[in-house]
Amino acid sequence: MRYLPHTPDDVREMLDVIGVKSVDELFGSIPETLKLNRPMDLPTALPECRLRFELEKLASVNRDAGSMPCFAGAGIYNHYVPAAVGQLLLRSEFYTAYTPYQPEVSQGTLQAIFEYQTMMARYLAMEVSNASLYDGSTATAEAVGMALRIFKNKRPVVVIAGHVHPEYLDVVRSYLTHPEETLRLVPGGSDGRVDMAALDAAMGPEVSAILVQHPNFLGLLEDLARLRETATKHESLLVTTFSEALAFGLIKAPGAFGADIVVGEGQSFGMPVSFGGPLLGVMTTRKAHVRSMPGRVVGLTSDRHGNDAFCVTLSTREQHIRREKATSNICTNEGLCALSAAIYLSLLGNDGLSKLARLNHHASRHLAGRLAAIPGVSLPFGQSPWFNEFAVDLPISAAELCRRMADGGILAGVPLSRFEPGQERRLLVAVTELCSGSEIERYVAAFGAACA
Amino acid sequence: MHVPKYLKYSKDHEWANYDEEEGVVIVGITDYAQAKIGDITFVELPEEGDDTERGTSFAEIEHHKGVEEVYSPVSGKVFEINEALSESPELINQDPYEEGWLVKIEPGDLSELDEMMDAEEYEEYLSELQEED
Repeated sequence: MRYLPHTPDDVREMLDVIGVKSVDELFGSIPETLKLNRPMDLPTALPECRLRFELEKLASVNRDAGSMPCFAGAGIYNHYVPAAVGQLLLRSEFYTAYTPYQPEVSQGTLQAIFEYQTMMARYLAMEVSNASLYDGSTATAEAVGMALRIFKNKRPVVVIAGHVHPEYLDVVRSYLTHPEETLRLVPGGSDGRVDMAALDAAMGPEVSAILVQHPNFLGLLEDLARLRETATKHESLLVTTFSEALAFGLIKAPGAFGADIVVGEGQSFGMPVSFGGPLLGVMTTRKAHVRSMPGRVVGLTSDRHGNDAFCVTLSTREQHIRREKATSNICTNEGLCALSAAIYLSLLGNDGLSKLARLNHHASRHLAGRLAAIPGVSLPFGQSPWFNEFAVDLPISAAELCRRMADGGILAGVPLSRFEPGQERRLLVAVTELCSGSEIERYVAAFGAACA
Repeated sequence: MHVPKYLKYSKDHEWANYDEEEGVVIVGITDYAQAKIGDITFVELPEEGDDTERGTSFAEIEHHKGVEEVYSPVSGKVFEINEALSESPELINQDPYEEGWLVKIEPGDLSELDEMMDAEEYEEYLSELQEED
């Protein structure tokens, strides 16, 4: 893309057209007291080679998952990204975040999205997938909006059951006009999972959906069969979200429990942790609800010669046609990230995914067992099933333990105090296939030393 | 363009017919409207019991290139919807005045129908539109 700067004449001409004297006048509504009115306090310019050196020095202060063993998760997981993923993404044909509208010139991109949708729908045992959304949190917010829309806002409440990622909930709240009235929170029980009695008490004819995260924010598996029963009893929808997509390589997919909408974060499938983005919002549902689903869908059709052809379908729900009545004001997708997921899943296949998920689970159980044997350390939810992430209670502050272990070259996990006050001694630990046996031994030793 | 004599018409190309036996106003879109829209792929109807307000949208008709709103010619309550349209939206294209009806409304105020056009006025209105085209 060319960069064409505006000449003073261009600027003058535009100002004349709109009848404004100067560019500053355009910012006239900003109160004087808020304006800086002096040059910004920046260091003097450096030559390129010096600047590069300075930036590298700054960057080297970071302690990241690429330079030390990483046991931090809480929504983003450090899985191995096969080299083929990055290499295929480099193809210039795919280098646009936008879904091309014209099928005549974009069969490759459209087919890639179609394959992604097929994989997601099959993996989650759902009927329809969209072409992707921004990330797990926005997908969750869109799912809440979708549930309300399915009932035409006649059931204005969504029950949030148990430990849903606090940052996802923040995004859900920011999407809603009256989050306090719309969301009804049912806290997790003493086992870290949904408190079924509290859930029953929260249900009613005004509830459009139960939203549950599975595996939940603490890494624990929820009882989706019972959640489905409860939802059905009240004629509500069951909406599930997830942040660790790999889990369903080992455990039964939410769709197999009859979930109506399944959303979540697809980062685990071929995307790096990369300081938290870009991510991949997964959204799937049942055919019956497809017209309430936001985002775009690529369909398979045939051209006039009878050959297979791909095109964007159901776009009548989208903003460029339906304006303010669109299913969402987000009418874009994470094309490149969706492609990563499609390549990643193709590389691993069913068996590969299943083996990888098992490896994660076993490594996680192994580490949890070793940590629980350290005096003063316990697993608060050790009796509940989990996938690859678990909470651990410490004799010292979790943030302090993380600092000490990072000094020793290990990212120990995510202190829960970051999300919930009063959880100062609770740490969330994620174990992936990238945590080797010897690293786990190192972790246990450093952990014991930090706690002693 | 077929314009049955016994119906009432709106400027948005809805037709209305008061069924005295059932005490309801049957509403659909006109032959002109279905021809303009082209192949109809989906119809979203209100639910039975929903309130309708004269002049506000109560249904959406989806076609290959977009979505059209259908405005209620009378205020009242939805008595019945044409369930057949969920499986066969093309009924509107094939038979807009009979099989392709949209909803039956229990009217709050029947005099609202008097403000609609009769067949003759609607035909005149259509010919004006065609001149503009």
